[in-house]
Amino acid sequence: MFVVIAIFIGVASLIGGYIAIHHEDLSVAIIASGLVSLFASIIFLLLAAPDVAMTEAAIGSGLTTLIFFYVLNKIRQRND
Amino acid sequence: MIKKWIILGILAGMGLIFFDLFSAFRGNETLGKTADYYARHGAEEVGASNIVTAIVVTYRGFDTLGEVTILFLTAAIISFVLKIRQEDILPNRPIRITSELLDSASQVIVPVIFMVGIYIFVNGHLTPGGGFPGGAVIASGVLLMILSNPNFSVSHKVIAWVESISGVGFVLLGVMGILFAGGFLDNRVLGLGDFGKLFSAGIIPFIYSFIGLKVGAELSNILGAISHAQNEKN
Repeated sequence: MFVVIAIFIGVASLIGGYIAIHHEDLSVAIIASGLVSLFASIIFLLLAAPDVAMTEAAIGSGLTTLIFFYVLNKIRQRND
Repeated sequence: MIKKWIILGILAGMGLIFFDLFSAFRGNETLGKTADYYARHGAEEVGASNIVTAIVVTYRGFDTLGEVTILFLTAAIISFVLKIRQEDILPNRPIRITSELLDSASQVIVPVIFMVGIYIFVNGHLTPGGGFPGGAVIASGVLLMILSNPNFSVSHKVIAWVESISGVGFVLLGVMGILFAGGFLDNRVLGLGDFGKLFSAGIIPFIYSFIGLKVGAELSNILGAISHAQNEKN
């Protein structure tokens, strides 16, 4: 069971990473990179590191995503 | 063309080096000398049931002080870089109205998020987590407040006071270790108490509370600075 979940999450984060790099819409790419962090935090939880999982979920998929969105907004303002 | 070959050559060389490391790697069957000492004596010497916390706050407490300082420097540098002059502020930035759902939900969820964050760092010596995850969770609560109300600004006075008091408190507790126990950041200042209780493990709960507040304040300050920088004229 553990291996099945781990493989599933691994494949999902690979797909997320691919979308984050290659998608044309930058906001979709940002959300995909946040998803990769979320999957990583589940992996940390499965590997018995709940404290790392909490930090990854809060910083990786929460704060960083918002910071990317703010930066994207700023760049769009400049380009307009 | 030749550039590609050079890159390929470098990649192949790196692969060779790492393959050597990889093939020579043997996992440890038993704990190393230091890890073994921590695992055997951690509970009785430090009194924390979370061995990671025992190592981070006590055995490697000085490193943690350094980490907190680095985080403080990062927050300070970000605030410095993102500082905008008064005349560059847009008077009325067009703001998209927050959806009703986010607005109402954030009023319910934000206190709960703060409570979870405080729980994580207060119980750092008993359950997984500690000051850094707790502080990050608190900052994500502040993030939700900013998202639900774009005009929300993080109060610099509150941040500065929380941050300074927790930083000074951390160092003072460490100095008390020199005066009343074995050395800087020795946690036996307060007595170890009953194993597994909230008030046990000496000064670990207090240090982790200080770290949690400090990390939370720093990350909130970064978020506030970035959100405020959106008001800058182009």
